[in-house]
Amino acid sequence: MKPTLQLRYWNHINGWLLVLPAVFMISLFTHYPIGSNLFHSLFSNGTATRPEVFIGLENYAFLMEDEIFWKVLKNNLIYSLCTVPFSIAIALGMALLINRNIRGRSLVRMSFFTPTVLPMIAVANIWLFFYTPEYGLFDQVFGFFGGDSHNWLGDPDSALYCLIVMVIWKESGFFMVFYLAALQQLSPELKEAGLVEGSDGWNYFRRVTFPLLMPTTLFVTVNAVVNSFKLVDHLVIMTKGGPDNASSLLLYYIYENAFSFWDTSYAATLTVVLVLILAIITIIQFVVVEKRIHYQ
Amino acid sequence: MSKIILNNVCKSWGKIEVLSNINFECKNGELLVLLGPSGCGKSTTLRLIAGLETPTSGTVVIGDTDVSNLPPVKRNISMVFQNYALFPHLNVEENIIFGLKARKVPKKEQQKRLKDAAALLGLTEFMDRKPAQLSGGQRQRIALGRAIVAQVSVCLMDEPLSNLDAKLRQEMRQEIRSLQQRLKMTMIYVTHDQVEAMTIADKIILMKDGGIEQHGTPEDLYNRPATVFTGNFIGNPPMNILVPDDLIGEGCPSYSIPEAGCSLGIRPENIEISGDTGLEVSVLAIEYLGADSLIVCKAKEQSITLTVTGKTNIIVGDRLRLNWQQEHIHLFNSENGLRIEDLDGDKT
Repeated sequence: MKPTLQLRYWNHINGWLLVLPAVFMISLFTHYPIGSNLFHSLFSNGTATRPEVFIGLENYAFLMEDEIFWKVLKNNLIYSLCTVPFSIAIALGMALLINRNIRGRSLVRMSFFTPTVLPMIAVANIWLFFYTPEYGLFDQVFGFFGGDSHNWLGDPDSALYCLIVMVIWKESGFFMVFYLAALQQLSPELKEAGLVEGSDGWNYFRRVTFPLLMPTTLFVTVNAVVNSFKLVDHLVIMTKGGPDNASSLLLYYIYENAFSFWDTSYAATLTVVLVLILAIITIIQFVVVEKRIHYQ
Repeated sequence: MSKIILNNVCKSWGKIEVLSNINFECKNGELLVLLGPSGCGKSTTLRLIAGLETPTSGTVVIGDTDVSNLPPVKRNISMVFQNYALFPHLNVEENIIFGLKARKVPKKEQQKRLKDAAALLGLTEFMDRKPAQLSGGQRQRIALGRAIVAQVSVCLMDEPLSNLDAKLRQEMRQEIRSLQQRLKMTMIYVTHDQVEAMTIADKIILMKDGGIEQHGTPEDLYNRPATVFTGNFIGNPPMNILVPDDLIGEGCPSYSIPEAGCSLGIRPENIEISGDTGLEVSVLAIEYLGADSLIVCKAKEQSITLTVTGKTNIIVGDRLRLNWQQEHIHLFNSENGLRIEDLDGDKT
């Protein structure tokens, strides 16, 4: 009896020692910041002359009445609802296209993937030129067909959608790589069985290819949603959230509060909300979608 | 009628010709086995019939229709793949009626055919399981079920048993044969296993290097191999191929040496050990197989194998005299390997 107990005891110690480095790192850079952030959101903003004091949920009360917060949140929802489905659909379409034996396949693959390898700042600068009034690419093209000049990024009605288009262009190539890898895992025998059984084209895609790609779709969706809440680089270059916060997103608003207005406690409050939103979305995705996925 | 005819079918990929001038007919209700070593073109032939490949030249006829340019679905065939090709996300039922749904067979009819096939294959209790939860033999049955419910008279099988263990393979072999006969299917069956071919086939086509070596019944291939290759491929252990010229004076049975320039084929099971006359050999090795023993001998520089029943007292190094009957001799032209019909013309 005794040696078994001792062995078990040592097994436990051993196990904990093995995961300790990972636990330490993840606590230091993930759990601790979340906790500390939550803690800070309950305090007022301290300055050199006025130390921070505990104010309970006052920051949250302010947030509920902050019109800019609601506007930014709405922007972010539109942004997510547009970028996520479109970039995934386009990624899947491109992957299906280049998974076939077409001429110049590697060239097409490379060009689909190029937006992903470019740095976001460079991409934003290129698109900034595209959108420039009068001599930007879009205005030149529209001008050629007799259209009027339009201040794409300066118009509150179009600024957000300009960003959406650019992000879809940038993200699709990245997600395509995952779909392509998944497609190449599918056995060609299945395709042939489908052909013999009379299931081809759309019918086969709907009944076999798409269901078998579901694990990839879930992974890509989670990533796309998370990305849509955390991408800010292009805002800094292109619009700085303007005009009149028309293109500002949640994370950019947090950034402004923390590092432009130096209201760190309010930024912490916003961050708590962002983390909550992301956690809820991810849990819903996993719980609801997981049941319908077949893992091989 | 659902006979299958291939006329002068050739297939090349780029400059590499994998099939050259394939001609054969598989009669209605016949089980035809395409047999051969790997790379001989047997699977390609099957895929040409299925429509998964198109011939470079020549025509494929199923029934009375030239199907050479029709897609697989229009050829009225079913097919069982080597790795079963089951859809991993669908349960047994969905897998079996997959094709019926695609062809928009009425729901009622689908369920009826499904029930019949499941009962026939003993799958009724597994309907809700996914393929991954089933054994190799059960997966094989699902694949068969999918072929059966299609209710087409032509069934193509691409090495369907190669992923099963030996015992199961034998069971499934018998099951496939009895299904084929009960449902009166015309079946083309690809395998590289000569035992499988011999046991289930009505006719066998033995292929080599993209061409047909011999087309005939299993008995034809065994008793009258058309080439040295056939003689070697059919039968286990393979036929001994001797150069009789070298063996003159070693006591080789005299009717074995008809003319210069031929090879002599003699099956191990047709060689007898005799007391005083016959070919003089020394024993190199003995393999005990249970029911039989293989004795590998050497006559001059040529190796010769024979089988004896049960365990033998002969030991390595013994000198033996071997004899055989004239009717068991196969003669081949040693240049092109073709069978030389018998000198006296009445040998079987």
